Amino acid sequence: MRTNDVMLQTATKVVTFIILMFAVHIFFAGHYTPGGGFVGGLLTTSAIVLLMLAFDIETVKKILPINYVTMTAIGLLLALATASASIIFDVPFFTHAYDYFDLPLFGKTSLHSAMLFDAGVYLVVVGVTMTIIQTIGEDE
Amino acid sequence: MSNLLLFPIIIPLFFAAILMMFPKNLKLQRTLAAVGAGAALLSALVLVAKVNTAGVQAVTLGSWPAPFGISMVSDPLSALLVVTSSIITLFVIFYSFPTIGIKREQSFYYPAVLFLMVGVNGAFTTGDIFNLFVFVEVLLMASYTLIVHGGEKPQLRESIKYLLVNIISSALFVAAVAFLYSVTGTLNMADLAVKIPQIEETGILTVIAVLFLVVFGFKAAIFPLYFWLPGSYYAPPIPILALFGALLTKVGVYAIMRTYTLFFTMNIGFTHELLGIIAILTILAGCIGALAYFDVKKIIIYNIIIAVGVILFGIAQLNQPGIDGSIFYLIHDMLIKAALFFLVGIVAVLFGTTDLRQMGGLIKTYPVLGWVYLVTAFGLAGIPPLSGFPGKLLIVQGGFEGPQFWGSIIILATSLIVLLSAVRIFVYAFWGEPVETVPLKKSVFNQMFIPTVVLVALTVAFGVGAELFMPLISGAGEVLLNPSIYIDAVLKE
Repeated sequence: MRTNDVMLQTATKVVTFIILMFAVHIFFAGHYTPGGGFVGGLLTTSAIVLLMLAFDIETVKKILPINYVTMTAIGLLLALATASASIIFDVPFFTHAYDYFDLPLFGKTSLHSAMLFDAGVYLVVVGVTMTIIQTIGEDE
Repeated sequence: MSNLLLFPIIIPLFFAAILMMFPKNLKLQRTLAAVGAGAALLSALVLVAKVNTAGVQAVTLGSWPAPFGISMVSDPLSALLVVTSSIITLFVIFYSFPTIGIKREQSFYYPAVLFLMVGVNGAFTTGDIFNLFVFVEVLLMASYTLIVHGGEKPQLRESIKYLLVNIISSALFVAAVAFLYSVTGTLNMADLAVKIPQIEETGILTVIAVLFLVVFGFKAAIFPLYFWLPGSYYAPPIPILALFGALLTKVGVYAIMRTYTLFFTMNIGFTHELLGIIAILTILAGCIGALAYFDVKKIIIYNIIIAVGVILFGIAQLNQPGIDGSIFYLIHDMLIKAALFFLVGIVAVLFGTTDLRQMGGLIKTYPVLGWVYLVTAFGLAGIPPLSGFPGKLLIVQGGFEGPQFWGSIIILATSLIVLLSAVRIFVYAFWGEPVETVPLKKSVFNQMFIPTVVLVALTVAFGVGAELFMPLISGAGEVLLNPSIYIDAVLKE
């Protein structure tokens, strides 16, 4: 018999979004302040884990129908592709590029290709941690 | 193209990531794994040709100047080892098709093999001591997956020991790198080779050198640190065992080779004598094990330990024949160990057991298998036209020219024990009263036998054509003996 966790579930619905927004903030702030793909990924995972605690694995799977192993593979490919772009320009592997752009809402923003590599790291971290938690959680 | 030396690392990584996406599609798994390993081998061959014509290749990642970025360096030695490891991985993939089982193939077996290839090729190519640690971890992670893959009881038991030993040695590795960094202030191997001779207090550097010997000794299974290897290697199935036996310990040997020729040369009287003595003890320990068992897998596993000792003895001499011999013997040993494990795997499948005493008379039903095994056994022991001979000859010559002539005598004497241990398998399994064998489909046998024969043919060609390969080998030895070639290529001064 499952106890009634209305309080937990209601709080989770609010808190999850705060954690996710914070994860995105940490991820994008990584270039100039502490943060980056690794912490961002872990924070995202913690939000999903909170959902799993408040509801259950099946429900979360229905909300987020993601194959986390594929997600890890895509992250790896993204990181590898960012590093390999240097091969096309015939400069040493992992050479990054950056420039300043005038974006509509943000104004003058510097965009750096290291961001794409970080996105790869982010996907791998989320994918791996979620795979671990899911496989252990579903194990009978 | 400046990034050529990275291709043997990038290509398997790319294919491994792709293969992770559809684990259940058997046909695609097999094709893409073979294509990936084949493409990596092709790029490695191009790399050897380039290193041979244009000298040592070096690239520092991210366009940073040399001591600050991570340098990747491909000198003749590492290029040759990358080719050898790519050949072995490709053949292991072919050999896996009939032997490893569909269930294993459908749960990320090929991605793990390709990740192992990434780690091994990376460890051979890197020019940065911490990056070496990272690549060693990459290959260890993949090997953890492979050793426990399938989850049989002995695999689970042995993987715990294997994990424990490797985690401890990796922690020691980090500690050793930290000590080295606090003394020299750099991690780039070429820069280390410049900085270390300038430091006057060689005491602490000798301590660090011995600490590195302990760390790499754990990976390479040298005398007092080999205790984990016989049990751990016995657990996984044959293709994985062949991959481990041919590649993993050799990364440790390569790391000792690199560090003890490039920068730990400030106190040769102590460090290299110690290395020589340990190498001889390793050979003796391996010989005792190789004679003690009536189990085909165990006998070959102890032969890995013997070979590690022989190679390290050549390095300890630090003279031209010793180093050249070590390089030749290292490449020979990687190829022949894979071939031997393949053959032993076929024998074990045919009898349904690995116990020698329950075998016999296979020469009547499988004559070709028997003679191929005999040629491989002779190659292992170093009978003249075959590939074990030139390397061992040079190592022995190096020992006689160096201070440790008694070591050469021991190596010559133990060659007989190696031959005895390998021929014992031939005598027990192929001669004598025929024992009933497990029926094996002709096509399955061929699928196992063809990669094996091709690999054996490669080792024979390597031995018979030693004169052809010798310029490459002595080119590699020259870079090891003159670190200035390596340093100039990386730092480009």
